[in-house]
Amino acid sequence: MAEFLQFLFSGLTVGAVYALVALGFTLIYNASGVVNFAQGEFVMLGGMVTVFAAAAGIPLLLAALIAIAAAVAIGLLLHRLAIEPARGASAVTLIIITIGASILLRGLAAIVFDKQFHKLPAFTGDTPIDIMGAAVQPQSFWVLGGTAVVVLALYVFLEHTITGKAVLATAANRLAARLVGINTTTIMALAFGGSAAIGAIAGILVTPITLTSYDVGTLLALKGFAAAMLGGMGNPVGAVVGGLLLGLLEAFGAGYLSSTYKDAFAFLVILIVLFAAPQGLFGRRVVERV
Amino acid sequence: MIILEATDIGISFGGVKAVDGVSFSVGPGQILSIIGPNGAGKTTLFNVVSGVYTAGRGAIRLSGEDVTGLAPHRLAERGLSRTFQNLQIFQRMTACENVMVGRHLRERCSLLPALFRTPSVTRQNRETRAAALALLEDVGLKDAADIPAGSLPYGACKRLEIARALAAEPRVLLLDEPAAGCNAVETEEIDHLIRQVADRGVAVVLVEHDMKLVMKISDRILVLERGRPLVEGTPREVRDDPRVLEAYLGQHGAREAARA
Amino acid sequence: MRVLANQRFLTLAILAVVIAVLPFVFPSSYYFRVASLVWVSALAAVGLNILMGQAGQVSLGHAAFFGIGAYAVAIGPAHLGIPSWAALLIGALLSAVLAYLVGRPILRLKGHYLAIATLGLGVLVALVITTESSWTGGPDGMPVERLTLFGWRVSGSSTWYWVTGGLLLVGTWIALNLDETPTGRAFRALHDSEVAAQVVGVDVARFKLQAFVIAAVYASLAGSALAFMNGFINPDQAGFLHSVELVTMVVLGGLGSVLGSIVGAAVLITLPQALTVFQEYEHLLLGLIIIVAMIFMRNGIVPSLSSLLVRKARS
Ligand SMILES: Nc1ncnc2c1ncn2[C@@H]1O[C@H](COP(=O)(O)OP(=O)(O)O)[C@@H](O)[C@H]1O
Ligand SMILES: [Mg+2]
Repeated sequence: MAEFLQFLFSGLTVGAVYALVALGFTLIYNASGVVNFAQGEFVMLGGMVTVFAAAAGIPLLLAALIAIAAAVAIGLLLHRLAIEPARGASAVTLIIITIGASILLRGLAAIVFDKQFHKLPAFTGDTPIDIMGAAVQPQSFWVLGGTAVVVLALYVFLEHTITGKAVLATAANRLAARLVGINTTTIMALAFGGSAAIGAIAGILVTPITLTSYDVGTLLALKGFAAAMLGGMGNPVGAVVGGLLLGLLEAFGAGYLSSTYKDAFAFLVILIVLFAAPQGLFGRRVVERV
Repeated sequence: MIILEATDIGISFGGVKAVDGVSFSVGPGQILSIIGPNGAGKTTLFNVVSGVYTAGRGAIRLSGEDVTGLAPHRLAERGLSRTFQNLQIFQRMTACENVMVGRHLRERCSLLPALFRTPSVTRQNRETRAAALALLEDVGLKDAADIPAGSLPYGACKRLEIARALAAEPRVLLLDEPAAGCNAVETEEIDHLIRQVADRGVAVVLVEHDMKLVMKISDRILVLERGRPLVEGTPREVRDDPRVLEAYLGQHGAREAARA
Repeated sequence: MRVLANQRFLTLAILAVVIAVLPFVFPSSYYFRVASLVWVSALAAVGLNILMGQAGQVSLGHAAFFGIGAYAVAIGPAHLGIPSWAALLIGALLSAVLAYLVGRPILRLKGHYLAIATLGLGVLVALVITTESSWTGGPDGMPVERLTLFGWRVSGSSTWYWVTGGLLLVGTWIALNLDETPTGRAFRALHDSEVAAQVVGVDVARFKLQAFVIAAVYASLAGSALAFMNGFINPDQAGFLHSVELVTMVVLGGLGSVLGSIVGAAVLITLPQALTVFQEYEHLLLGLIIIVAMIFMRNGIVPSLSSLLVRKARS
């Protein structure tokens, strides 16, 4: 039981990070149709900027805010300088542009920061909390709580503000949204900014547990993409559930089956799910209209 | 004799019954027209019959064989071919290549000779191209043979689709609004072409809004309304049926039909 | 037809002339190495273009097959006593079989779902290679025995230049052949409209699978060639970033253009070599160049340039 709980908590913690990355994916995908492979770099930036700002003597909270602001700025620049000029290009072209952006950001981080691994101090100490025999890091609760707050905030924003509803309208039908006077370019910029902020928050929350370095983004982006797919591309609830599921799978797979193949479970499951349900777990089946 | 027979076809999307209990049959050389207002379910019926959609209920028989639920390419192998209301041409291929693809089932298609471009492949290519050019001539597109299909005007694309469908040498041909976007002269040509095809013994099922064309060319007409069959009969019977006038010909069609 | 036949001839002629002439202007053997690297990558890209450019199916995991080809010629002789040339064939066969088995379910997927599934396949293969270190040497990689053909030990950078150049020429010839056959037309047709291809009798699933298997075999052979040439192999060759590189070559050069795939490979291989003088700015510049190229030549280098030339010629 203790072992089970141990895996459960570590799975949920990692899964929460995947969920945030997947949520960022979904936000941008819904607003613009772009699959943003640079999503993992936002997470990296969140961690790295906080680490270096904190090392420069800035209080942790302020450093975190700086990191979020930096990520948002980069997200907006990405949209303005790389996505907006390529408007109308094919899906593959756009994917390659975001991969180019991810390589660029990684290169930039290696220069501005360094190529070492870095750690942040846990927000509230390192003394594990005992939960029915499982030793849970306090930071895990920060990650889970932080994720819940982000998801809730996003929900309130989308469902209860005019701007949020405009985002949803744009996601449902970009052309119709434009026709009723929604500035879809602004909505897209908003999505990139918001998505960057979500990524950065994930990075800040998890760095005390998993360490960070200039190149942690790639694998995170892949897992986040997988999580978003697992839930059904474009479905925010699906993204969160997909992320948590993926984290749990990894933790239990690594714990009970094989820890060397930890990273394999995510992709194995993705393949199996897609074979059985080609639209993801929560994707609607639509008959393509001819 | 009956070659294509659809019985009690039904399909719904998210609870809306797009087609509901429709039956029809055609024999070789016959022309059956299916008419009805927009949204009546004509295209959806075509999609079910050609295997593009999977029917919720009903059965389809082709030359006596039960083909319900078969994939479109399996139906094509059995002699069913069609065109699309919303153009489905191969944009990046030339007009001629579009029609050559239509000959797919008539070509030998093994991989190894293709990879090494054996003389037999080259010869077959020549034959296929010649056949395709002949068909393009039939639909009046010979001069456009080597133009990318994506840059052809709408009416030309419609005729290109007919040529591609004919290239498969079908026994049953489904035409979804072939004269849409064509001028009077082109419509006349299409009328002519459909006649010819039917005279060669092909069973034709036609969806068309041009009532003049429909009344002139059809052996029988089936009228759909909101997915359900309304009337079936000869052009005369359908024209004189008050329910049809009300449901469909009510507006501008009545005048056209009267003139036809 | 006439025009297309000429284009086919032109592509082959340009390639043959370039391969033949380059050695005369190469100042050192380093250039032979870089050029061989271009030919090998171009071979994989030309194959991937059959899948992506012709049949319109994206694969974000194609380096998996590259890796299988590479590790086949490394593991076969070292662990199983299989002769190098036979290991090369076995690698190609393995790649074909894997592509065939996995391709059927995977290729039912469309768009982003296909992208993630192929990506997953690629990551899994790379993980197996990295993890099974008693066979593969793990993350550090393993040495590869030199290729010996009928007693001739193939080695030296200029020898490999000609071998890889010849391979690319044959691969290009085959890809161009395919274009103008019922199979090639079926590929292009299902790319433009699956449903229209189906109703004229194209078994879409079968042809997607064929394209996938062909592309896998190209990648596998390219991987084997690279392994022989380098005498060493590591898991990066099977990894996600290499898959991305291959896709970028095809798209950057111009989806659907055989010459484009070769040009794309040349750009993507030589650029980092040229950029090494910028040392730590290498990745930054590479990312920047990819973004800028895709924005300003979104149809790819070769189609963009050729339409520019056509426009020039007209005016
Ligand atoms: N793939 C689909 N998904 C959802 N609804 C569909 C689909 N195809 C057709 N429909 C619906 O079925 C009904 C019939 O449409 P259609 O067959 O195109 O009519 P027609 O061709 O007679 O104008 C319409 O209400 C249409 O919206
Ligand atoms: Mg219709």
